[in-house]
Amino acid sequence: MSEKKNDLVKHEEVEYQYDAGLAKVNADKFADPGIEPHRVRMTDKSVKHEKTAARQVAALFFISIAGSIFAIWAYFGFRVYGFDLNSIRNNALFLGLGIALGMLGIGIGAVHWAKTLMPDAEVSEARHQTRGTEETRAAALEVIKLADEESGFSRRKLIRRSLYGALALFPIPGLVIFRDLGPNPSDKLKHTMWSAGAKLMRDPSGTPIKASDVQVGSVFHVIPEGLAELGESDATYGKMLEEKAKAAVLLVRVDPADLKESDARKDWSYQGIVAYSKICTHVGCPVALYEQHTHHLLCPCHQSTFDLTDECKVIFGPASRPLPQLPITVDAEGYLVARSDFNEPVGPSFWDRKA
Amino acid sequence: MAMKKLKNARRSPWAAVAAIAAGLIITGSGYAAATASTPAEAGSAYTADQVDAGHKLFLSNCASCHGKNAEGTANAPSLIGVGAASVLFQVETGRMPGQASGPQLQVKPVQFKQADIDSLAAWVSSLAPGPAAPSAEYLATKGNASRGGEIFRINCAMCHNAVGAGGALTGGKYAPPLTHTSAAHIYEAMITGPQNMPVFSNSNLSLKDKTDVITYLQEVQTNPSIGGYDLGNLGPVVEGLFAWIFMLGGLVLITMWLGAKSN
Repeated sequence: MSEKKNDLVKHEEVEYQYDAGLAKVNADKFADPGIEPHRVRMTDKSVKHEKTAARQVAALFFISIAGSIFAIWAYFGFRVYGFDLNSIRNNALFLGLGIALGMLGIGIGAVHWAKTLMPDAEVSEARHQTRGTEETRAAALEVIKLADEESGFSRRKLIRRSLYGALALFPIPGLVIFRDLGPNPSDKLKHTMWSAGAKLMRDPSGTPIKASDVQVGSVFHVIPEGLAELGESDATYGKMLEEKAKAAVLLVRVDPADLKESDARKDWSYQGIVAYSKICTHVGCPVALYEQHTHHLLCPCHQSTFDLTDECKVIFGPASRPLPQLPITVDAEGYLVARSDFNEPVGPSFWDRKA
Repeated sequence: MAMKKLKNARRSPWAAVAAIAAGLIITGSGYAAATASTPAEAGSAYTADQVDAGHKLFLSNCASCHGKNAEGTANAPSLIGVGAASVLFQVETGRMPGQASGPQLQVKPVQFKQADIDSLAAWVSSLAPGPAAPSAEYLATKGNASRGGEIFRINCAMCHNAVGAGGALTGGKYAPPLTHTSAAHIYEAMITGPQNMPVFSNSNLSLKDKTDVITYLQEVQTNPSIGGYDLGNLGPVVEGLFAWIFMLGGLVLITMWLGAKSN
């Protein structure tokens, strides 16, 4: 301890000139440049230039007049025929151009007028003090004291305390309505419509797919059995969209020799046919840009790229997890069916998702 | 009333733009109609002479990469079983013969006469059964454009853009725009899955589905751009760039003018 102290003392004794760096302020660094020398404008020097500028300003105002008249004419001249979008476009376009000319003419004209013809002497205005004078401050204090006396704020305890209570409570309803952000969606984010034995159906027709229908190199956009039916009635259409947003699947057949499958997933594919969630694990865009030869799956939103042959591991981009795989097999008639739901939540991360 | 409207329209600054656009649409659709009819004839059975001629053309033009018997080499895939549709698509769009290796084969001027392309297709399709050229009835664009639009948005739009304007893929690859692609080539691309495009066989998208998609793509090209200049229909990137460069740039220029002293 004492050694350290000595050490410190020694350092203090050493005369060392630290470089102040950016903390150093040179007194003369930002010398007040003053007002730059006045430059006399051509419009001040020559009558000819002055007249030209005046004519230009007037011309700009006339352009404004013409624009406004054109706008009125365009409103009636370009008739809108019902929902004919072309006629609506023309009407809006020319009406807008006319109004724009009407306003720009005035604006540009006024600025041009000020810049060329109005006095251009440079003036510097000093800023006034922000602190009030002593008299003003004393007067303000006087007003506060008077208000306190007249209202009896300090004297009337009951009123004062009940007011404090009211002030403390009035923001609470604003907090209570945050309850509407809930309730928690329970396990909705963790499960999809897929279940054991659910047939894989074509999107949007909702027809089942036989394993023999899927050639090497082909891609099917798949929805679970029963989803297309939900979309047929208005009452369940919203439910259909909600379920489709989680259950959309991409079905691809590759040469089984190309697939790198871990032991746990050996029976999740069928003769090279694999099914993966179409919902990106980054922010949930549909990943469906499949390249037949590289077996890359590309998300169009942020370019996350997944290797379909390697259990859809991320090989590029911001996604942090592989796309979840849907375990599939075939039923007795040869139709592709799911073995179960996804074994992990699909789509982007959320608050209580593990890993 | 109609005369007055016509007069007004003729005088409007958009008249020249409208005239050019109309000309483009008429020549474009005329061209599409003309090219669409060609492969229909090729769809019929090929003659033995065509197969022989195709074999000779193949040996002198394609065998260096695809192998003498179209078995494929390290540089190019096997063509056994790819069918006539694949040959017609690749050669008629100028993608084949390939010019240089790269992320993706480029469209370029067609290198063969139509008769020679048909011969090549005849020989390749004689190797093994594969997708044939489409018959004319599926290319007549008499399908249901609205249904085709739905199918297109689910199966194709993620790469090719919702109105077929094309888009970027990984590593320099891209989904080409479909704005000037003939009906036959759209069909052939779906059934064969050229380069990195997946295959959309008839067991996935039925022939009716394909006709509807083709109808949608041709219909959407004739749609006027109500909102004004569409900037290539490429969406927020182009529109954002336009707003940042021209709108913000304009504001910066106006601000500079406001602050500048008059001379």
